[in-house]
Amino acid sequence: MKLYLKIWRQKDASAKGQMVDYTLDGVESDMSFLEMLDILNEELISKGEEPIEFDHDCREGICGTCSLQINGRPHGPDTMITVCQLHMRSFNDGDEIVIEPWRAKAFPVIKDLIVDRSAFDRIQQSGGYISVNTSGRPVDANAIPIEKHIADTAMDAATCIGCGACVAACKNASAMLFTSAKVSQFALLPQGQVEAAERVQNMVRQMDLEGFGNCTNTGACEIECPKGISLENIARMNREYLSASVKG
Amino acid sequence: MGILDSKEPQGPLADKWTKHKNEIDLVNPANKRNIDIIIVGTGLAGGSAAATLAELGYNVKTFCYQDSPRRAHSIAAQGGVNAAKNYQGDGDSVYRLFYDTVKGGDYRSRESNVYRLAEVSTNIIDQCVAQGVPFAREYGGLLDNRSFGGVLVSRTFYAKGQTGQQLLLGAYGAMNRQIQRGKIKSYTRHEMLDLVLVDGKARGIIARNLVTGEIERHSAHAVVLATGGYGNLFFLSTYAMGANVMAAWRAHRRGAFFANPCFTQIHPTCIPVSGDHQSKLTLMSESLRNDGRIWVPKRKEDAIAIREGKLKPVQLSEEERDYYLERRYPAFGNLVPRDVASRAAKERCDAGFGVNKTGEAVFLDFASAIMRYGKEKALTSGMKDPDDNTIRELGEKIVEAKYGNLFQMYEKIVDANPYKTPMMIYPAVHYTMGGLWVDYNLQTTIPGCYAAGEANFSDHGANRLGASALMQGLADGYFVLPYTIGDYLSDDIRTGAIPTDSPEFDAAEKDVRDRMEKLMSGTGIHSVDYYHKKLGKIMWNKCGMSRNEKELKEAIKEIAELRKDFWENVKIPGRPDSKNQELEKAGRVADFLELGELFAKDALERKESCGGHFREEYQTPEGEALRDDENFKFVSAWEYMGEPSTAKLHKEDLVYENIKLKTRSYK
Repeated sequence: MKLYLKIWRQKDASAKGQMVDYTLDGVESDMSFLEMLDILNEELISKGEEPIEFDHDCREGICGTCSLQINGRPHGPDTMITVCQLHMRSFNDGDEIVIEPWRAKAFPVIKDLIVDRSAFDRIQQSGGYISVNTSGRPVDANAIPIEKHIADTAMDAATCIGCGACVAACKNASAMLFTSAKVSQFALLPQGQVEAAERVQNMVRQMDLEGFGNCTNTGACEIECPKGISLENIARMNREYLSASVKG
Repeated sequence: MGILDSKEPQGPLADKWTKHKNEIDLVNPANKRNIDIIIVGTGLAGGSAAATLAELGYNVKTFCYQDSPRRAHSIAAQGGVNAAKNYQGDGDSVYRLFYDTVKGGDYRSRESNVYRLAEVSTNIIDQCVAQGVPFAREYGGLLDNRSFGGVLVSRTFYAKGQTGQQLLLGAYGAMNRQIQRGKIKSYTRHEMLDLVLVDGKARGIIARNLVTGEIERHSAHAVVLATGGYGNLFFLSTYAMGANVMAAWRAHRRGAFFANPCFTQIHPTCIPVSGDHQSKLTLMSESLRNDGRIWVPKRKEDAIAIREGKLKPVQLSEEERDYYLERRYPAFGNLVPRDVASRAAKERCDAGFGVNKTGEAVFLDFASAIMRYGKEKALTSGMKDPDDNTIRELGEKIVEAKYGNLFQMYEKIVDANPYKTPMMIYPAVHYTMGGLWVDYNLQTTIPGCYAAGEANFSDHGANRLGASALMQGLADGYFVLPYTIGDYLSDDIRTGAIPTDSPEFDAAEKDVRDRMEKLMSGTGIHSVDYYHKKLGKIMWNKCGMSRNEKELKEAIKEIAELRKDFWENVKIPGRPDSKNQELEKAGRVADFLELGELFAKDALERKESCGGHFREEYQTPEGEALRDDENFKFVSAWEYMGEPSTAKLHKEDLVYENIKLKTRSYK
């Protein structure tokens, strides 16, 4: 099939970007979206032009590296997938496709479609872990029994791949879904209880410092999340935050 | 012992590690503050090593090419992590895990390393649970286990189909805690381009900031390479697109021996290649073989009709299908180890029975499992004479509960419903057992340069069992390196900071800049991918699932020619002093083009079949792998002498004092 692509090109963080039109022919329906871009890049290279840079790595939907806004939606038109799992059979011959990087103040563009998501790392560094020594000898794993449904709910929250689609989908560019997933995982598990209050306060403070917007319960983040992270996590984080604030 | 001193401790196997730890020199906590360690790669091995070494008090610098340590490819591991906990009371023990691993590796791994791995495996689970890794639980709140890949006990711990992800996030959390404390400085979007040696010791690296293009010098008292495997030299593989051999290969060029490069694991259950545009292969978890039956049509006409879309697989009756694994290996059936299942699929496809349009796929069929589960469910729900459709519906629900996410993944990629029609699968490159040669301390042949996880060669032998790679990565990082590296660093407490303005750093940086300039200066007609794909085709066709002398010799010649063409004709647009993904790829492919030749040379040299290395000249009359313990019970360790063709072979003889070598049979 033949596609008309409008792609964001930006030389570096300080340059002014713009949409550029490309026409690509010979796209097959069983190609992945990223393979379609590979082919476009081969064409550009053969013409002596600079290829379009985009982030991608595992191409299995788990590393969270790929980050394209396709026709206004993070990871494109399908649900519960990342861009690397999106296939061209979701499009038709003659379609116009608009491809942009994640749009958020806290995710500055590095080049073309690549953004800097290190703000997510800094949120995690402010408390997204359990303070246990790694070279010691902790208690036997079965000495900490955890109810199955609690372990399963913690696992659901822990499934977040940190891709940033929630931020890109949010009209306020809020990182609440991301932050709350990690807060939830540790708030649910007995191992994470001891420092729970401190954790949620630190992570929320860092999230605000990074320039992410507020949550207005729109729910777009949940709809666009490739891993189905639930809004319940945001509610849980709010409860955790409130209780931590009350305790002082 | 010669040049390859494995430094294995003496004494009984079970006491070696304890004895070694007791005899190791320690570094005073106050002195650790004066010692710097560089860790390249932040997956399970690198991330856990970084966290632990920083916690001990060393100053750690980590480097990864990804935008965050959390994205290392360890994250994609699905199945689970083994540990000899014997929680199930089914007779598991450290010795059994050790035995299964050595046997599974076709007796080509080092006994003392594998025993230590089994010994510390139980600590891994304790550690990860303490970190909040949400492993699967039973209703009583205790940890759940499952069985994996050809062993007789349930020792695999798992977190849904995302065990690698959860273990990596645990290590990443531990790293983050140390970053917050200021003990780790994390360099993301950075790539190591060279290793710097001062007085014969590893004292730093030359790295490139992938965003700004800046070439940086970083010094340290020791360098740990935890950079994963090199399976991407096949172009198509289950590896992440960025996974590369650059750091390990540059260390090899500086004197680190490269061991067993030809030992590659081909995983039998991947989604087949659909066309020339394909960039990547996706693994379907091995757990599917617990319920799926593998077959191709008995008659070639039927296979052709299926390929042309004139016949549907469900139209073939039981009698018209060849369940070739059940036919050839009645004892293990569909659950034979990965190397055996992969070769059997290739054999049928080569004989013309492949079932997709490229002729390179076999069926993985869940129809009988669906009906079996459906009948069971109908019976337990007290249904009287349910019809086939009802049984099928009930069965599909059970199968969905077990494998739902995998079935969905398959449907997204292939656009076919695996509940209604059999899945198509084919083997793909999945893991490399070879890597930098290391001694018992995980030190390479360069003093002060260590290799951990998939980047070293030591624990898996010629074949890797399921759920053992995650175990090795974490064992190396959390529990082995923190001890063994201290022994080396105890000599460095008075050294002081290593300057980066020395002639050695100048020379290494110049090398790196010259090489990059040479890459960029070509007049160029072909893209980097053009060469990578060509290399991949040679590797897959001539150094893939089966190898023979004639084709390996051809491969060596073809790769050398391709490398020459690459350096003359590769085309890299853009500039070296800014973000440039083509330049990044070019540097990596340049190294693959050297490693590929060494790989073929190693395969040619090893005149036996073992594990993932099947030499067609060495097989039993039934077509099974024929190992030669008499002549090949050794690790091949290659020394760089300027060109892959002149690489010098050193042999580390493998000594089995505790295990009797047997032929693996799954009949």
